[in-house]
Amino acid sequence: MIWVDTIAQGILLGGLYALFAAGLSLVFGIMRLVNLAHGDLIVMGAYLILVLVTLLGLSPFIAVLVAMPLMFALGWGLQKHLLNRTLGDDILPPLLVTFGLSVVLQNALLEGFSADSQRLPTDMLTTASVQIGSIALGVMPLLTFASAILVIICLNQIFYRTSLGRAFRATSDDPVTASLMGIKPNQVFAVATGIAMIIVTIAALYLGLRSNFDPNIGPARLIYAFEAVIIGGLGSLWGTLIGGIIIGVAQTVGAAINPEWQILAGHIAFLVVLLIRPRGLFPRAND
Amino acid sequence: MALLQTDELIAHYGDFQALFGVDITLNEAEVVAIIGANGAGKTTLMRSISGVLRNAAQAIKFDGAAIGDRPADEIMAKGLAMVPEGRRLFPSLSVEENLLIGAYGRKGEGHWTLDTVYNLFPILRAKRTNPGTALSGGQQQMVAIGRALMSNPRVLLCDEISLGLAPVVIKDIYKAVPAIKAAGASLIVVEQDIGQAMAVADRVYCMMEGQVTLSGTPASLSRDAIHDAYFGAVA
Ligand SMILES: Nc1ncnc2c1ncn2[C@@H]1O[C@H](COP(=O)(O)OP(=O)(O)O)[C@@H](O)[C@H]1O
Ligand SMILES: [Mg+2]
Repeated sequence: MIWVDTIAQGILLGGLYALFAAGLSLVFGIMRLVNLAHGDLIVMGAYLILVLVTLLGLSPFIAVLVAMPLMFALGWGLQKHLLNRTLGDDILPPLLVTFGLSVVLQNALLEGFSADSQRLPTDMLTTASVQIGSIALGVMPLLTFASAILVIICLNQIFYRTSLGRAFRATSDDPVTASLMGIKPNQVFAVATGIAMIIVTIAALYLGLRSNFDPNIGPARLIYAFEAVIIGGLGSLWGTLIGGIIIGVAQTVGAAINPEWQILAGHIAFLVVLLIRPRGLFPRAND
Repeated sequence: MALLQTDELIAHYGDFQALFGVDITLNEAEVVAIIGANGAGKTTLMRSISGVLRNAAQAIKFDGAAIGDRPADEIMAKGLAMVPEGRRLFPSLSVEENLLIGAYGRKGEGHWTLDTVYNLFPILRAKRTNPGTALSGGQQQMVAIGRALMSNPRVLLCDEISLGLAPVVIKDIYKAVPAIKAAGASLIVVEQDIGQAMAVADRVYCMMEGQVTLSGTPASLSRDAIHDAYFGAVA
């Protein structure tokens, strides 16, 4: 029974990793840009929520709603004024620029908030659990997982049911022909990064509620997110969720065997999947 | 005044010059054909007009406004749509989505809607949920034309819509030209197939090596003159 419990915890943990990864997956799927500052943006989001909670006395769940439009605007501006200039045939400039951004963000957060670890204030809800049969599942992990599913459903609705989603897919297919349709690729990219930052904000909420954070933990979140995206297959959002779950389960199973193996087990699962399916579990046909 | 006009249009790909001062005009309600051998610069001319390639502002005028330096999305919004060479459907979009996205930047009032495009090419209605790229070449070309029509353009540029298609299919596709014209668009059709071009055009330009070598109404041009303008005179 302990194994059922461990695996259930792992699956729910996968929801958190899927939230870390969904924004990365979205941006990569549309503009082939790997944002190396993604993890640091999540951490920055957590600090933004913390500031709103502290200054305005809001609950973290309300503060996240205030943070979302701010983060959207930040992502929009970042893409429009910085990242769009790096896009082109050469894949190196966006990597260098976002790596630089990652360093800048970490240092700015250190300067502003010190290296002390922080946490968003938790209440009863966040430590409660529900009993299902013989296993106890935390309300927080359940909420995280449900949020991940909801985010992916919303993104898929946008992608496949709206004019904006058609523009996303068309621009990703062929930006030049998309511009013949009246689409401004740079504007589409800015909106996409804005949406990615809304997801980053949701990920930040759960990051900050579930564990301590400090300015230096961004790169590790990026790695988990990256592994989830690669395992799932680039550009497939449900694949990203499966990828997150595989890493989550590997980590909890690894930790159950030996607590020191938690992180390592996740990375090993990633490498094993890559060995068996180099293009991920659900690769897109036309890549 | 001409609806669309190029004036001493020059285009480069890096150091390579592809157009050497091209002057063409398109009048309201006219069909103009541009013929020429492979590499003559026809596609470069279409890409320049549609804004995919940027040029000097004054080199291209549309409805009196200098548009040579404007980007493709702006030019499309002004009412100039292109069916690009090689069709270029979006593989991630279904047939219907490919049509719908044609109206993304301009929801022009006019004859063309999803429904009227389906009436023009009835086979597309049956295939509406298929991926655009799963269709036959001729059907894909119909989608590409329908997609460009969805914005109700004032000018439609068609770059080699017969490329790679069987003669019966080409005939089917060219049957749409009168309906497109009747709905109020002026057309530029680029062709290597001289016969097809002559049949639909009010006027013809022949290009060679980045220049216009001959122009006139189909009736006024002799076969020999076209042959020389197309392949170069055997001096
Ligand atoms: N992307 C490009 N880069 C460099 N040269 C090009 C490019 N596209 C076309 N050319 C060159 O420009 C000239 C005109 O080509 P194009 O306009 O495609 O001719 P056409 O459509 O009449 O066959 C050709 O010599 C061709 O090799
Ligand atoms: Mg051509």
